[in-house]
Amino acid sequence: MNNQAGMSLIVKTITRLTVGLIFIYGIYIMLQGHSSPGGGFAGGVIIALSFIHLILAFGRKAVFQKMNEARGLILISSGALAFLLLSTLGFLGIFSKGLMPFSDAAIALLVSSGLFAMFLVLIGLASKEKKQ
Amino acid sequence: MSLYFMCLILFSVGLYSVVRKRNIIKIIIGIGIIEYSVNLFIILIGYRLQGRAPILARDQTIENMVDPLTQAMALTTIVIGLSLIFIAVTLAIRIYEKYGTFDITKIRRLRG
Amino acid sequence: MSLLIYFIIVPLAAAMLTALINVRAKDKASIIPIVAGLILLGLSLYCARQLNFAQVLIYKIGGWLPPLGMSLVVDGLSGLLLVAVNLISLLVLVYSSKYMRHYTDDWKFYSLFLIMLCGMNGVLLSSDLFNLYVFLEIASLSGYALVAFGVSAEDLEASFKYMVMGAMASIFILLGIAMLYSYTSTLNMAEMAQALSTRPAGFLISFVSVLFLAGFGLKAALVPFHAWLPDAHSSAPSPVSAVLSGLVIKTLGIYALSRVFFNCLGISNKVLMALMFLGALSMVVGAFLALKQSDIKRMLAYSSISQIGYIVFALGVGTPLAILGALFHILNHAASKSALFLNAGTIERAIGTRDINKMGGLNAKLPVTGYTSLMGSMSISGIPPFAGFWSKLLIIIAAVQAGQIAYSAVAVIVSIVTLIYYLRFHTKVFLGIPAQNTAEVKEACGAIKWPVIILGFICLAGGLLLIPSFRDFLNRGVDVLVSGINYKDAIFQAVK
Repeated sequence: MNNQAGMSLIVKTITRLTVGLIFIYGIYIMLQGHSSPGGGFAGGVIIALSFIHLILAFGRKAVFQKMNEARGLILISSGALAFLLLSTLGFLGIFSKGLMPFSDAAIALLVSSGLFAMFLVLIGLASKEKKQ
Repeated sequence: MSLYFMCLILFSVGLYSVVRKRNIIKIIIGIGIIEYSVNLFIILIGYRLQGRAPILARDQTIENMVDPLTQAMALTTIVIGLSLIFIAVTLAIRIYEKYGTFDITKIRRLRG
Repeated sequence: MSLLIYFIIVPLAAAMLTALINVRAKDKASIIPIVAGLILLGLSLYCARQLNFAQVLIYKIGGWLPPLGMSLVVDGLSGLLLVAVNLISLLVLVYSSKYMRHYTDDWKFYSLFLIMLCGMNGVLLSSDLFNLYVFLEIASLSGYALVAFGVSAEDLEASFKYMVMGAMASIFILLGIAMLYSYTSTLNMAEMAQALSTRPAGFLISFVSVLFLAGFGLKAALVPFHAWLPDAHSSAPSPVSAVLSGLVIKTLGIYALSRVFFNCLGISNKVLMALMFLGALSMVVGAFLALKQSDIKRMLAYSSISQIGYIVFALGVGTPLAILGALFHILNHAASKSALFLNAGTIERAIGTRDINKMGGLNAKLPVTGYTSLMGSMSISGIPPFAGFWSKLLIIIAAVQAGQIAYSAVAVIVSIVTLIYYLRFHTKVFLGIPAQNTAEVKEACGAIKWPVIILGFICLAGGLLLIPSFRDFLNRGVDVLVSGINYKDAIFQAVK
């Protein structure tokens, strides 16, 4: 990655060490949500924060190569569709229980990609304005 | 009672900011403050002195717990507030692109 | 009736599918939304038919009984509005399949539109005050985004204005809901009515009434709170203005207002007086401001304020006949105002301006647009064979019967003013010498024509709804509002 973009070396090193931990913590919160405090929403927010952390440390360009608005939208809609599908299966009576971890995962996908896409849209708009 | 009063003060600060300020960003901040004051009010409704967190686990009796429904309501309104603020900020950025200012007294092309 | 949940699932799923499919492939975005609209229309007609056999259709989510779980309820009033909302949304979706092609990324429009439709359906279905608030916010948030869809400077300004006002309205509503919850410790409307009937109506109820009146009044654009409506409705793309003006202010404003006041808080004389006064004020102010507008869409928007005034005034009179008039006027105004806004979009697209003074003689070039506009405007201004005449007649007769002679005189005068500005609109735009900019105008294609023709036909034949064999459709809605807080008994019966 380009050394010029983003913050200083110290921040980047620490970020490399911690980002994975934050991500895994988010998944942990997501998976234990059906029986104790936590759940898809909180876990999704933490996962999104880990990605936002990456942007803050390494700069916009490093992330925009991997992720853009279109991909964010695909992730959002697939998360929402997965959640809708699971709940519709519940309404149709195909499943009655045991779906909570899966729907938590779907919510986490929706929330994390949604928050992250919001962040991307805002910094995309702000950077476009700076160029003009 | 004093807590409710503080809530009212927070509400009034936000309302003042929405009504009196001319900067778009300050108006958005005002909307945010009002949202939080209402969230605080909702949480306070469900609060009781010496109350416990409303978690039902093994070997625990549910006595003297705070109302979980208001907390769920507050969580929902926080999410709605987040999306509202997001739309507002996006609009503010686009308005700044078009008009070159955040001053609402200068953003007046619509009349009648 | 587990079918009720699909009113919410279908538009949401269609919105997400549209977004998922069209991020890459960017044409034919309108197919999924139109299919979803057809499904929703079928569902709502089925529900309206089922209401013949049961007073209330209820779906208890997860099988939990109402004080604990949430439930979706369709009764006469919401059944009536469900049909109107889904029918007009379908027609607008068909219209925009052609009209929105000129915008970049039109699939975003369909996605947002379907989410707004989901919000409106949810408002009509929810039996729970907090649910109502959440769906109301879903519909308004997508509304803010849709108003700014064209991203020109005016659109953004209008959207920002709408957003600030709408956010304040939602906060007032939320505050009222929180206070009611603290007083009655339930959110279900039937339970709340039960709890309120056993307790004295004190200062808190009056305060909550004021909060709700301000909040829902802002959403419905009653006159002291109307400042956002002309900007938002005239700047938005035409299909969006048609839906905002035809449906959103009615479901989010008037339906929610009447539901909360009549069936939950219990209506009092003071509230009726306030509604009557606000309604009459909106009628007068909207009509006189519409007189001097030269922008077509702005004139239509002020006319919306005026007609909303009629509806709220009739609700305020409060007799069964007046409520029948109000509900009937909701349907008529929805049909005719959507037709007029869609036609305004066609005109704007054809000659590139919205200024009345730069138009003329369009009837020769755009006959379908001309005649359907004539139908819509005659229906709104109340000319006899059209549907709007009957609803206005009902409202005025009811006001006279209730002894409100002064108010009914105002209603008659405003009706004449309405006729004046619609005739002015019609003569300047469609009759007279063709202006220079109309030389190359051609008749639009089928997707633009047919929705407007159907709406015009509804304006013409809507009066048939008053014939006794069809009248039950309206009367069931009237019964819900007339029964007031006793409405809770019907819900309790249906739950068991």
